[in-house]
Amino acid sequence: MDANITTEIISTLSATMRVSTPLILAAMAGIFSERSGIVDISLEGKLLAGAFISAAVAAVTGSAWLGLGAAIGVTMLLSLLHGFASITHNGDQVVSGVAINIIVSGMTVVLGIAWFHQSGQTPSLPNTARFMPLHLPGSEIIGSIPILGDIYTRILGGHNLLVYVAFLSVALTSWVLFKTRFGLRLRAVGENPKAVDTAGISVAWLRYRAVIIAGILTGIGGTYISIAQNASFIREMSAGQGYIALAAMIFGKWKPVPAMFASLMFGFLDALSIRLQGVEIAGIGQIPVQAIQALPYILTVAILASFAGRAIAPKADGVPYVKER
Amino acid sequence: MRRRPLPAWADVILIPIINILLALLVAGAVIALIGENPLKAFAVMFQGAFGYAEGVGYTLYYATNFIFTGLAVAVAFHAMLFNIGGEGQAYIGGLGVALVLLTFDHLLPFWVLLPLALGAAMLFGAAWAAIPAYLQAYRGSHIVITTIMFNFIASNLMVYLLVNVFIVPGSMSPESRVFDENAWLPTVHDFLARFGIDVAASPLNLSFIIALIAGIFVWLFVWHTRWGYAIRTVGFSESAAEYAGINARKIIMLTMLISGALAGMAGINEIMGVQHKLLLNFVAGYGFTGIAVALMGRNHPLGIVLASILFGALYQGGADLMFEMPNISREMVTAIQGFIILFSGALTYMSRPWLERFFGLFAREETTEEVPHGR
Repeated sequence: MDANITTEIISTLSATMRVSTPLILAAMAGIFSERSGIVDISLEGKLLAGAFISAAVAAVTGSAWLGLGAAIGVTMLLSLLHGFASITHNGDQVVSGVAINIIVSGMTVVLGIAWFHQSGQTPSLPNTARFMPLHLPGSEIIGSIPILGDIYTRILGGHNLLVYVAFLSVALTSWVLFKTRFGLRLRAVGENPKAVDTAGISVAWLRYRAVIIAGILTGIGGTYISIAQNASFIREMSAGQGYIALAAMIFGKWKPVPAMFASLMFGFLDALSIRLQGVEIAGIGQIPVQAIQALPYILTVAILASFAGRAIAPKADGVPYVKER
Repeated sequence: MRRRPLPAWADVILIPIINILLALLVAGAVIALIGENPLKAFAVMFQGAFGYAEGVGYTLYYATNFIFTGLAVAVAFHAMLFNIGGEGQAYIGGLGVALVLLTFDHLLPFWVLLPLALGAAMLFGAAWAAIPAYLQAYRGSHIVITTIMFNFIASNLMVYLLVNVFIVPGSMSPESRVFDENAWLPTVHDFLARFGIDVAASPLNLSFIIALIAGIFVWLFVWHTRWGYAIRTVGFSESAAEYAGINARKIIMLTMLISGALAGMAGINEIMGVQHKLLLNFVAGYGFTGIAVALMGRNHPLGIVLASILFGALYQGGADLMFEMPNISREMVTAIQGFIILFSGALTYMSRPWLERFFGLFAREETTEEVPHGR
């Protein structure tokens, strides 16, 4: 094979891993939440909030880990707010999610300007305050093997810790949902909360735990966007990834592994489209930058419109549970 | 303690006011967190919005946009559809207005241009809502996600069109040429000056009246036509509507087309009334504000007009606030919108149990009197 094409393929696949990470984390968050019966449009806002807080805290303290911790703390609080509205007060879950997204969209800029005076951006972080690429063990030896080496060092390896956390979260989500008692109850509460309630298990507490887990996962995802993938927070930097993750979750039929593959597919198309920028394509010519930037959004609509868009959601998804009196 | 069902006025007036106050309370806490005095900030905003004639003009000019986008969200809500694509629909509506005016501004008189531009705004707005509507009705795709995606797509499309198609040759800024003055909507201060009434210049223009007419139209349509009845029936229960012989899918399409058309009309105010050219990001979040406006106005045109004026005041007052307190940025208004959506949309009845207890305190005598005698 042409060496150039091989390099291109390897770069694209390597980029796929990086672009898919926040999608995978947010999709797992969505699965936890929706499997328990709580629709979570606010994945987007939580990613953005996590991105802002981690970058702000890392900028002040110089520690990526403190940034991650603070981001998780804040996204958990946002999850609790969503839970308070939709579990405790039986409010409209979509409206609550949209409210959180708009609050975060405003607050990240307000606080960013008030704290850092850089028109909403956070200061650029030194590498010591970020999550940097790791080298897998044995990279030197395996890396010298022609194609296998590239796969090991550049596609599987050479990413920062949070990329691996994202893939680990898929395994963990599968295990928790399908192999633990908590997971069984969680799935039951999303299908038939009344049955769970009759068995003497608290519907509200189960759902609260589900949204808290969603908060933790989106906090990691947000942190990844600002201080692992980039070196500072930029306003609106989540750019719809929370919604794309929701689409990936729906495409994956609310199951962890299929949702991960859906996220990887979105990531791959995104990575591919970035590489298409400025490239002349025979018969079409150069594709406008804006068309390439719009591609992930068009794809999301197309995928929701395809047969998979009709996939069956958990039965009690989005329905507040009101005890009969 | 005894509770008592709330009287109607408390439900319609008291609860919304409590919810706004809660939202402002949280906003005040945020301002205090930044290190500014919240009471002073609100005073500056109020003064900026209502304190002088120019400010009032700006408040009503912003309100015009919110009436259109708020009505758009409200109409969809009546069918239990959540249209958060107002942003993109208004953007594309503005494109329609600009296309008409750039083509005909030298050829046709104003009174022909106006209906053409209005029609284009509605048509383009409705068209941008049509695909998400179709996918919701016939494919079951989540309309919240698809309308949001269409906002992103609209934004990229407009950048492409402005940079490559509409840009004035040789110019650096991605804007169309300015329309002929013949195609500008008359402003209120110019109109009143003709009758010798002198008011401060502001962007407030004829489209405010068009917005009020749209409000009346929505009121008539939703509550006094069979389509409106069908829309509300679908919103109440899709299966009940089907049993009653209503084609829910067609109603979903109809609702979203009207919703998109209303959002598109915001383009009339911005493009034909104020900017007089097509430019980037003229929608500036008005579509999202429409959500807050509709929720606060309880999806009723009268409530929407009142809520729009409140948000107009927030936008205008917020602009003044930036000069007085540079530490507080414009996006504070976005955050306040979010708080209002949260309290009046998702936590609507949080205060109800307390209010019911409160009213219960005064209920004793009335209830004894209400017991019928002689039976």
